[in-house]
Amino acid sequence: MTDLDPRPSPAAPVPSPRALARRRRQRALGRFARSYAHNRAGMFGLLSLLVIATAALTAPMFIEQSHLSITGAPGQPYEPPSAEYPLGTDNFGRSVLDLIIWGARVSLAVGLLATVVSVTLGTVIGITAGHFGSSGGTGGRIASTVLMRITDWFLVLPTLVLAVALAAVLPGGTGTIVVAIGLTVWPPTARLVRAQTLAVEARPYVERARALGGGHTHVMLWHVLPNVMPVVLAQTTLLVATSIIAESTLAFLGMGDPTTISWGGILEAARTAGAVSAGIWWYMVPPGLAIAVVALSFTLCGRAVESVINPRLRENR
Amino acid sequence: MTATPTATEEPAGSPREDAPAGGGGRVRRVVLYVLGRLTTAVVSLGAVIVAGFFLFRILPGDPVRAMTEGREVSLEQQEELRRQFGLDQPLWAQFLDYASGLLRLDLGVSFQYREPVADLILERLGPTLLLAGTGTLLAALLGLFLGARAGWRPGGRGDRVNTAVALFFWSVPTFWLGLLLIVLLASGRGFFPGLFPTSGMTAPDATGFEAVVSTAHHMVLPVVTMVAVIYAQYLMIMRSSLIDEKGADYLTTARAKGLRDALVRRRHAVPNALLPTVTLVFLNLGQVVSGVILVETVFSWPGLGYLFYSGLHVPDLGLVQGLFVLFAASVILMNLLADLVYPLLDPRVRP
Repeated sequence: MTDLDPRPSPAAPVPSPRALARRRRQRALGRFARSYAHNRAGMFGLLSLLVIATAALTAPMFIEQSHLSITGAPGQPYEPPSAEYPLGTDNFGRSVLDLIIWGARVSLAVGLLATVVSVTLGTVIGITAGHFGSSGGTGGRIASTVLMRITDWFLVLPTLVLAVALAAVLPGGTGTIVVAIGLTVWPPTARLVRAQTLAVEARPYVERARALGGGHTHVMLWHVLPNVMPVVLAQTTLLVATSIIAESTLAFLGMGDPTTISWGGILEAARTAGAVSAGIWWYMVPPGLAIAVVALSFTLCGRAVESVINPRLRENR
Repeated sequence: MTATPTATEEPAGSPREDAPAGGGGRVRRVVLYVLGRLTTAVVSLGAVIVAGFFLFRILPGDPVRAMTEGREVSLEQQEELRRQFGLDQPLWAQFLDYASGLLRLDLGVSFQYREPVADLILERLGPTLLLAGTGTLLAALLGLFLGARAGWRPGGRGDRVNTAVALFFWSVPTFWLGLLLIVLLASGRGFFPGLFPTSGMTAPDATGFEAVVSTAHHMVLPVVTMVAVIYAQYLMIMRSSLIDEKGADYLTTARAKGLRDALVRRRHAVPNALLPTVTLVFLNLGQVVSGVILVETVFSWPGLGYLFYSGLHVPDLGLVQGLFVLFAASVILMNLLADLVYPLLDPRVRP
């Protein structure tokens, strides 16, 4: 345990426990970053995400917003790729490249927000079920079983069908898409978090906390949650990929908000405009490729995080 | 590997070691197991029906308004519609009506076609089963084959290439892949213009043998799309299952006998690693359902998925609700089947 090496020099007094804990956390973070940097696929994913996120965030600085409206389109319909329009133009004469960069904003935002919703839901349900299942008495066990039954039920339902049904009955808009995805993709997270919670609850320090009078909330927030976080982090990264694909799928099925530009929405517009059977490849290929690259990057990052926090996976690779 | 439980069921070992209670207790446990699974499935199905009903009845506000959205409808016409679909009765009466209808396989009436949903489903079931069945079968064969290759030498070149390709297809939206195939192989502008048809199931004027050939021709692109999206899962599961199996003692024995590497893999490792993947074929049906909806939409394949899509656009909530129940029920049924079949295949998990 090198962590217990405060090395009290004559100049500095013995550091407080809080400072010790902070230093330990910093060191753990450093270790994590170093072993993550060794994973080449993970670094590639991280790098491409940084590039895309930067482009999406700074888009208003180099894209004229009026050029994105149907009436203010700068070019002719269906111009093939040229120096002026690197990815050609769509059926209204808008630059496809501009649409893609602008669409990244909605697609990424929806993907991230839906992930936040589902990860929060999954973590809360997973920790609650795990904690009360192992130390909540009979009532806790019943509550835990009920929660897991509900999770299993959601797990069984076909995700897309449920999400589409939700999106169809709720009022249209981007918020609905976020809710529809968030409410359907959480069950695997809940299962994973519950398993990890059970493992943490069996450790002696949780027993110590309980013996010292820590209540349920204290144990869950201060002892279980921090130890579940690594698993949640890996799961989050993987879920963003799922959510972004789900967003594009819902938009493609016509469930999205037609006034916002997202990657799935561009593909739907391309299909309804007849660009597919006309073979206008520059209108079709880029949005899908963008989805694939972002989803793949998140997946690579997630797998890298997983392999860093789970040494068993590292051996198997 | 510290897994001692696996040591108890070497192929020729003592299979009954975990059943000390003898024959009578065993039958009882099997019956209890089956009953438990059946109860779970029935409860899940009940929850699906209740959720489906209230989701589509309460949330959208007024179904009549949804039905007539964007059209001029007089108040009398609205009242007429309301009476026709039983919407003027209290909600619980509607639900009882709906539930008792389900027992008679009456899934309600489609607002759009003015036909019973069950009839519409029966009409479109064949094409969907054909597409989904072919797609799942090919995806499973391909995924298991490649997964067995990849898992035998984890970290090798073949493994890395296979995993990367599978991950790529896994990250690609299904519908985009389908659209891309249409642009490349079926549209007027791709590399092979008009090689395959862009939509539909058969040429309208084909009969007899010609119709079969035409259907197969129409099926190529949809099936390729489905396989590309689904096979990755089978590959990953088979791969990790084989990796888990690789350290087993019986493989060392097989090698010590001097068997060729390929023979050890084919005859000894793969059959055992196949077991967990068998259930996966059943459990993945939910994913197949999603795939079918998207593929049928992209290729205008006249099946249930396309029906679902057309119902969404009207919006025809009666139809969508019926299909929602059908899709969920089929997935629950497949899960039940997997639970019941798996113990027959794998003595380790027998109750």
